[in-house]
Formats: sequence, structure tokens, C-alpha cells
Amino acid sequence: MKINKNKNGTKLTFEIAGRVDTSTAPQLESAIKEEISGVKELVFDMDKVEYISSAGLRVLLSSQKTMNNQGTMKLINVNDEIMEIFEVTGFTDILTIE
Amino acid sequence: MAEINNSLVLDAATDNLQQVMSFIEDCLKDRDISPKTEMHINMSVEEIFVNIAHYAYTEKTGKATINVSVTDDPAAITIIFKDSGIPYDPLAKKDPDVTLSAKERKIGGLGIYLVKKMMDEVVYKYENGQNVLIIKKHL
Repeated sequence: MKINKNKNGTKLTFEIAGRVDTSTAPQLESAIKEEISGVKELVFDMDKVEYISSAGLRVLLSSQKTMNNQGTMKLINVNDEIMEIFEVTGFTDILTIE
Repeated sequence: MAEINNSLVLDAATDNLQQVMSFIEDCLKDRDISPKTEMHINMSVEEIFVNIAHYAYTEKTGKATINVSVTDDPAAITIIFKDSGIPYDPLAKKDPDVTLSAKERKIGGLGIYLVKKMMDEVVYKYENGQNVLIIKKHL
């Protein structure tokens, strides 16, 4: 997994590439924790995400919980395979996916 | 196409996840399966192996055995996970409520639920002192 972050004022964008699984999800979690303070708009660009497991879902849910208290969060460029995982787990109802 | 019946025995530790995933990939390398099916299989294998690594053995790491058979008629993959850890039926756990809001949702508990949804069959039994979890998916 590779993460590119882009901070512009209070907007923070993470471009994630590769596999978000049990081994890599903790890296994503720490990257978010480091930067999330003061962020009003959090964006995950999922264009290059090949795979996500429940470990990755946990990180997204926990970020959503944080952002519910301080601003907005959205996911962009979600592919069909990952969208299906979001549908099955009800994440399409709790996340903003564009 | 040649049918496959391969086994892998290794320490039940999350550090070995990559090895498990490569093993599964190798078993399926001659099959033309959709990215969606591949993701369902990979995801289920990861959830189950990580579960065993986290919960089966309390003090020292034990072994996990993974047997993969791929058949032509019907075109299917069957994966059997075995460990000699604490008897634990992951299917007995209540499914998470996937209709709750983000605020009400608990972090976690989605792994086995996803396995149940992604696989065509999921069976647990405790046999000869081992947890045996069998998952099957049509290809």
C-alpha cells in the first residue's frame, strides 16, 4: 500500500494505492491520526485501491466517527469490487461516496 | 483443467499473511476468475487466517493448516482451515447490524460477516481436537 497525502488549509486528501489489509491498515490509521487534528474536510481517493479487508473498513469507520464531530468526509473514485463490499456492510449508508 | 489439492502448514501469525495469500493465488493461477470472485476469496481467507492468528492460541503461536481444492465439475474452490487452538465457532457470533449509523456502529465485527456473505458455503466443526472451518465458492 502507498499513501499520498495532500493538505490544503483544512482540507486533507489521502490518495491510497494498493492493498488495504490487516498488514497495511495500521499504516493508514497512523497517517490519518497524525494529520486529522483541525481537518474540516477529509477525502480518500480510492482510485488505485485494489483490495480492502475488514481491517481497512475499520479505519474508514473510525475516521468517519471522528469527522462526524469536526467536519465532512468523502470517498472518491471507488471501483465496483470495493463498492460491493461497502454495500454488503452497509457502509454505503454511513459513508459519503462520490 | 488440472484439479488442484494443495496444503500449507504454517505458524498462525499475522506476519505470515502474505505467504497465505501467495499460496491461494498460486492455487488459482490457471483459472480465469473475475476480479470480484478473486476479491471475495482473498478477503475471506484473510479474515479467517487473521482470526486464527489472533484468537486460536493464547500463549504461544500454534500451527494452522490450510487445504485448498479446486475442482472443475462443479467449478469451485473449497478451502479448509484447521487449528488446534481453543474451540471457537466464529459462525455462532451474532451478525453485526449493518443498518446502524456511523455513530452507533461498533468498530469491528465485520470480518466473519463478510465471509458469510462472500462465500457460497461456510461450515464450522470441532473435530479431533481441531477447529475446522470450511469455505466454498463456485468459480
